[in-house]
Amino acid sequence: MSTVTSTDARSASRDALDRARVIAATVTDPEMPMLTLEDLGVLRGVEERHGTIEVTITPTYSGCPAMATMRDDLVHALHDHGYADVRVRVSLSPAWSSDWISERGRTLLVEHGLSAPSAVAASGAGPGGPTPLNLLPTRRAITCPRCGSTEIELVSEFGSTACKAQYRCTVCLDPFDHVKEI
Amino acid sequence: MTDHDMKDIKDNAYDGLLGGDDSQWAFGTDFEDPLAGVDTTIADGVDAAALAAYCLMLGDDALISSHRLAQWCSNAPDLEDDIALSNISLDLLGQARLLLARAAAADPTVVPTLPEGSPVPAEDALAFFRVEAGFRNVRFVEPENGDFAETVARLVVFSTYRLALLERLRDSQDAVLAAIAVKGVKEVAYHRDYAARWFLTLARGTEESRRRLVAGLARIWPLYDELFWAHPVEETVAAQQTGVDPSGLAAEVDVVLEQVFSVSGVDRPEVPQVGRVGAGAGGSGRHGRHTEAMGPLLAEMQSVARAHPAGRW
Repeated sequence: MSTVTSTDARSASRDALDRARVIAATVTDPEMPMLTLEDLGVLRGVEERHGTIEVTITPTYSGCPAMATMRDDLVHALHDHGYADVRVRVSLSPAWSSDWISERGRTLLVEHGLSAPSAVAASGAGPGGPTPLNLLPTRRAITCPRCGSTEIELVSEFGSTACKAQYRCTVCLDPFDHVKEI
Repeated sequence: MTDHDMKDIKDNAYDGLLGGDDSQWAFGTDFEDPLAGVDTTIADGVDAAALAAYCLMLGDDALISSHRLAQWCSNAPDLEDDIALSNISLDLLGQARLLLARAAAADPTVVPTLPEGSPVPAEDALAFFRVEAGFRNVRFVEPENGDFAETVARLVVFSTYRLALLERLRDSQDAVLAAIAVKGVKEVAYHRDYAARWFLTLARGTEESRRRLVAGLARIWPLYDELFWAHPVEETVAAQQTGVDPSGLAAEVDVVLEQVFSVSGVDRPEVPQVGRVGAGAGGSGRHGRHTEAMGPLLAEMQSVARAHPAGRW
């Protein structure tokens, strides 16, 4: 009988962990609430350790001020679903890359008027070795998320949050944010 | 409605601000530790005290530079550059937080002692409760901003230096420093591009923009050489492969700056360099010897935290 009980307990714990993963995957980004932390690639894992649910997240930028809110939101979401013991770990390595934004996330960005990042490899910034100096404005093959025009111009490499650049469409004249390649 | 929403409504809203759920607040809880959950174990054979002192050096460079750049917030020539300089300041503040927290984790004795029961976390104790001589930043980052052109000139040099340094630090035997460096390289590459493009724009802009740029470059240049002086701590961490000897960076930094200068048609300044302070003391920013600008900077940066050493924010 004891074997059966322990198998049941393991299976219950497995279910609890699976549910915790589903719940964590619904928590959204505080700045871009149309994206979940999973879509953004910030949610790196949900594990169970000695009865504690351990959620791992990674910052987009070193100074990202949304980290504390992300941690709180994860803890609250899991508390609300009956998980009393929740710990959020920050993982610095491997460093977040905009390449980790999911396809669903990219579609949602565009649907909400933002331009999604291109692949990092294509932007010339690779790992290792000296980073080449770039004296000309970064050229990105992007389109206006509102009208689809390719006639766009860079306003500033720095936008409303650390992860965005500002662009303007010269056809529909709307400004828009581009999530930067990093 | 969820349980915690219900609780927030039932309780006095102001009780909710400081009581109960500390995780909502920016300062004063270990939940806010930027290294929370990061494995801060020190590898065998690494001198923890030297590692901590080194993290203070790199953290203070970022912190003081960040503070100066933040002074441009609401003062820059236009909104885009206001946002750009604030973003750069924020990236550097993030790097400073990680580095100061790393210093405190490696050697807790570097953290100033605060009254018992003070909620101030180690990174804030280091930023706000050290005296001037305890800061280990290079003097290059301290002087007042000057005009926009002078800030651009300083940022070109500082971000070129820091990028070269962080690129090497990616190979640190300290896993935390290596991880901080990998993120930092991506950020500082954007800072350098921003500053170098403005350098070129100002140099090739109007007579006035060029005059201001050349004058600003001459004002920042006397503290250039110090960037590459190796402090004994830097030599120790370089030997242990946890840090970088800055004297090895000069050639690479010079090449990048020469590229910016030649495209801009600006000569590298030939001005006397500020020497070491104190007879035989090896005095530099890395030894805690600073310029006249440092005292007022710290007075402004630290005043609120020092007025409320047991405050919760």
